[in-house]
Amino acid sequence: MQSAAAIEAVFRRERARVLATTIRVTNGDFDLAEEAVQDAFAAALARWPSEGTPDEPRGWLVSVARNKAIDVIRRRIKLREIVAAEPQTDQGSATALVAVPDDRLRLMYTCCHPALATEAQIALTLRTLGGLTTEEIARAFLTSPVTMAQRLVRAKSKIKEARIPYEVPEASQLPERTDAVMAVVYLIFNEGYAATAGDAWFRRDLCREAIRLGRLVAELTGDPEAHGLVALMLLHDARRDARTDDRGDLVLLEDQDRTRWDRTQIDEALAVVPIALRGGSGPYSLQAAIAALHASAARAGETDWPQIAALFDELVRRQPTPIVALNRAVAIAMSQGPEAGLALVEQLAGELADYHLWHAAKADLLRRLGRHREAATAYRAALARVGSEPERRFLERRLAEVLV
Amino acid sequence: MQYLLLIYDTEKAGATRPEAERNKLFADYMTFTNDIKASGHFKAGDALQPTHTATTVRIRDGKTSTTDGPFAETREQLGGYYLIEAKDLDEATKIAARIPSAKLGSIEVRPVMTYPS
Repeated sequence: MQSAAAIEAVFRRERARVLATTIRVTNGDFDLAEEAVQDAFAAALARWPSEGTPDEPRGWLVSVARNKAIDVIRRRIKLREIVAAEPQTDQGSATALVAVPDDRLRLMYTCCHPALATEAQIALTLRTLGGLTTEEIARAFLTSPVTMAQRLVRAKSKIKEARIPYEVPEASQLPERTDAVMAVVYLIFNEGYAATAGDAWFRRDLCREAIRLGRLVAELTGDPEAHGLVALMLLHDARRDARTDDRGDLVLLEDQDRTRWDRTQIDEALAVVPIALRGGSGPYSLQAAIAALHASAARAGETDWPQIAALFDELVRRQPTPIVALNRAVAIAMSQGPEAGLALVEQLAGELADYHLWHAAKADLLRRLGRHREAATAYRAALARVGSEPERRFLERRLAEVLV
Repeated sequence: MQYLLLIYDTEKAGATRPEAERNKLFADYMTFTNDIKASGHFKAGDALQPTHTATTVRIRDGKTSTTDGPFAETREQLGGYYLIEAKDLDEATKIAARIPSAKLGSIEVRPVMTYPS
């Protein structure tokens, strides 16, 4: 006897894989595949409680979904000659189909195809691989369910009408396309992690979902950078509870109560970082290594800043963006003193003049050098550009400190 | 599956291109066209006269109006097209990237609508 809750748990676990294989049967028609998978689930709810759970629930679900999809195709466009090649199996005795290929990887590459807009890639990935509802995705990204639904419809229709291939890209394109997949996963994570706007519960869920997707990419591609990405997300996420105080105000890394960090998650990440770095030190792996050094310091004062600065040197070589350079400058300030850091920060004035954290970093270094009047000017400049409320409150506190 | 590859480029750049470069571009187009004919992807393709030869026709309130020039003033103008047969978008974009003008302007890849027979 199977309870509906237990069946639902099986379904949640297997949905992405079943869907991925069904999309292959429907030849890239996402809507038809989703419908068929939903039907298969309904069939499971109706039959498993009395007939018992099949030995291969995934195989059963795939087989039923596949037959439902083929039925619809048969009826819809009467492609009898194509369908005739597919032997029709009895929906009940689906156990014959045991080996279900893992099609989640091709689903991932299709959802993150560069011909789709980034927002569409994110929504589609969360909807199909993550299994979030359209309402949940809309809530997480602060848009209306109608807008989100339209975005998904348009993306699915482009896949179908422009015939975006449903396959793992060829070797020559693989690194670039895997980068796109990882970028989507990290965007999902940051959406859940960085902003404090919106529904807190969904934001946390979004981070979990990103980590789950990241694990999937790492597992299916074996790409060391994907392992690095997973470690990086685990390490950031481990600090979540210590990042804000009871009033929801921001707590800086150096002031965080490190006993509130999630040790289990940190330990898991620390084991992954060496594997990631062995793969050639890509940007995610390097960032994970930096986060690992922070996580390994029992007290802020014990942080290995020279090592962190060295990792930033490498990161800036691979990812020469002003934001990375700013972070490097801060690490150098910590290892060589605020003066050295300030000189590097000043060099970025042209590129980052509109970025509130550039002004905040500059203000912080001036404050530490005792140049309070200049620090106050920089804090005010940061405040004029800041977006989120907790960050604003933090900067106002700091401004008040230097004005004393 | 058929795709229309629309070739956009700035006409001004084309008009002021030195002769040697123009000849080279023409030769590159010849090579490309022959290549996709040989590979079986080619269905049709033409270069268009510049936009100053264009006329736009529209009917509003039952009245036909004919005006000089293209429908929209854009930074890049439609200068030619290829109609190709490709198995999916990846193959189509790969072919589009081989069009000589891809290095100068941009190529819009549009799937051709198919109707269920």
